[in-house]
Amino acid sequence: MSKTLLKIISLTIGFAFLYFPILTLIAYSFNDNKRVMVWKGFSFRWYGKLFQNEQIIEAFVISLKIASLSATFATILGVMIGYSLTRVSKIPARPFFIFLSSSPLVMPEIILGLSLLLFFISSNHLIGFPSNKGQLTVLISHITFSVAFVAVIIQSRLSSYDKNIEEAAQDLGTIPNKIFWKITAPVILPSIISGWLLAFTLSLDDLVVASFTTGPGANTLPIVVFSKVRLGLSPEVNALSAIIMLFVIIAAMTYYFVNRSNIQK
Amino acid sequence: MNNFLRKQNFWFVFTPYFWLVLFFFIPLALIFKISISVSEWGMPPYRDLFDFSDGSIKLNSTLGNYAFIFSDSFYLRSYLNSLSLAFTSTLICLFIGYPIAFYVAKSKESTRNLLLILLIIPFWTSFLLRVYAWKVILQGSGVINAILMKFGIINEPLSMLYNHYTVILGVVYTYLPFMILPLYGYLVKFDLNLIDASNDLGARPVRTFMRVILPLSLPGIIAGSMLVFIPVVGEFVIPELLGGSDKLYFGKIIWQEFFVNRDWPIASALAMSGILVLVLPIIIFQLMFAKYNFKNE
Repeated sequence: MSKTLLKIISLTIGFAFLYFPILTLIAYSFNDNKRVMVWKGFSFRWYGKLFQNEQIIEAFVISLKIASLSATFATILGVMIGYSLTRVSKIPARPFFIFLSSSPLVMPEIILGLSLLLFFISSNHLIGFPSNKGQLTVLISHITFSVAFVAVIIQSRLSSYDKNIEEAAQDLGTIPNKIFWKITAPVILPSIISGWLLAFTLSLDDLVVASFTTGPGANTLPIVVFSKVRLGLSPEVNALSAIIMLFVIIAAMTYYFVNRSNIQK
Repeated sequence: MNNFLRKQNFWFVFTPYFWLVLFFFIPLALIFKISISVSEWGMPPYRDLFDFSDGSIKLNSTLGNYAFIFSDSFYLRSYLNSLSLAFTSTLICLFIGYPIAFYVAKSKESTRNLLLILLIIPFWTSFLLRVYAWKVILQGSGVINAILMKFGIINEPLSMLYNHYTVILGVVYTYLPFMILPLYGYLVKFDLNLIDASNDLGARPVRTFMRVILPLSLPGIIAGSMLVFIPVVGEFVIPELLGGSDKLYFGKIIWQEFFVNRDWPIASALAMSGILVLVLPIIIFQLMFAKYNFKNE
């Protein structure tokens, strides 16, 4: 009995801690008062203001664009790394390749951002590319730090499934190209999707690396939000947070209920 | 046919290899180069490492930037502050996260999946907004102050923001899912019969926990701690939003040296020593741990 009690108490406190800030923010996004924290009444006022705020809308579009492109390229490169490390025996300087593909995982983002910025400036001096900092430089940086995360996911999937299936197909005379597309790719498809989603969120969420590598016309959503909340509170950001959080909650719950009914069938 | 395989494999290896050398390795090498360069006014604000001007090669390198960092207690303190922040918050995350991960993993399958989704939601929600949420809550006119004042516990709003305790709170809050999820991953594979076996053999719950459960979840503890400790060491956003001037952290110092003082060589030397002191030991540890795991399997 005491064990169940302990379980209920620690789960309740744990989840309350995780959700209290999120729910508070959602609640206060409906506050009609300009002073964020003094409750005046229920209203959608800040949502209206939010949708009229061109700076935020533009940053949101830029962020979505960079995040989807970055996730796609990072997934392609990540699949290549995962495949190479598990299926290709001769990789020149293999330990160096492993080092390159895994150390972005443990590199503090402030150091990554600094190194990429210095690199872009120097390469501009040397060969004139990239001509200026902007969406392209942010995109390149985001691909670079996301690749490692995708590679880890793909690699763990590829090393855990039976290689014999591929070898059997090869013995039966299937051409390698077909083996990859008909056997390997479908098996790792779920990992590819979760890798893509992870890379997408990493890019959408990144503030530090983007702050270093951004330029004119490339203010991503986190950069704009950060500049708004650095010194104070912003009711528009409350509304934005509520929308993002509700979106994630609804998406996750839909996924859960769809999956559950699938399993029950 | 094999020719094709070789060609496909070549491109699969070469493309990411090339990308990572160009955009990860060369930038790091560049930080190293600038960290041993002499700072000067101009653009870029450091002297070229090699000077070809008078017909011979002259090397303009210096270890002065490193000597400067390690002689000034200001920088050392910021390293120590970041390390102690990372250490404290990793421990707190472990203490809060372990019971949650344990009980979620031990729940019935239907409840378990729902709880797991509830754990993942904060993980997918914007990191910046979750930090901002605490700023809203802890404000002078925020929820906590409002509640305390309503019940007459305090008369004046407490100022709870902008000190290193709020930084720890913000870090623990945002990084908790990174601790719970890998712990859960190990605990869910854990065979519950082992607990019963240990109990049947007369071990008390504490002993069962220390001798059976804890050792078997050690890989999860290490994985989770890494996921918290490493990014927190370089953390910039949370101290900037929730922290005050009572403690300065490593990430913020690099930011300031680069953007405010425009001293690239010092910023690079800070980053380089950060890699040497903080990141390399972790990489070495991970390699050793991977080997240890490999041997045991």
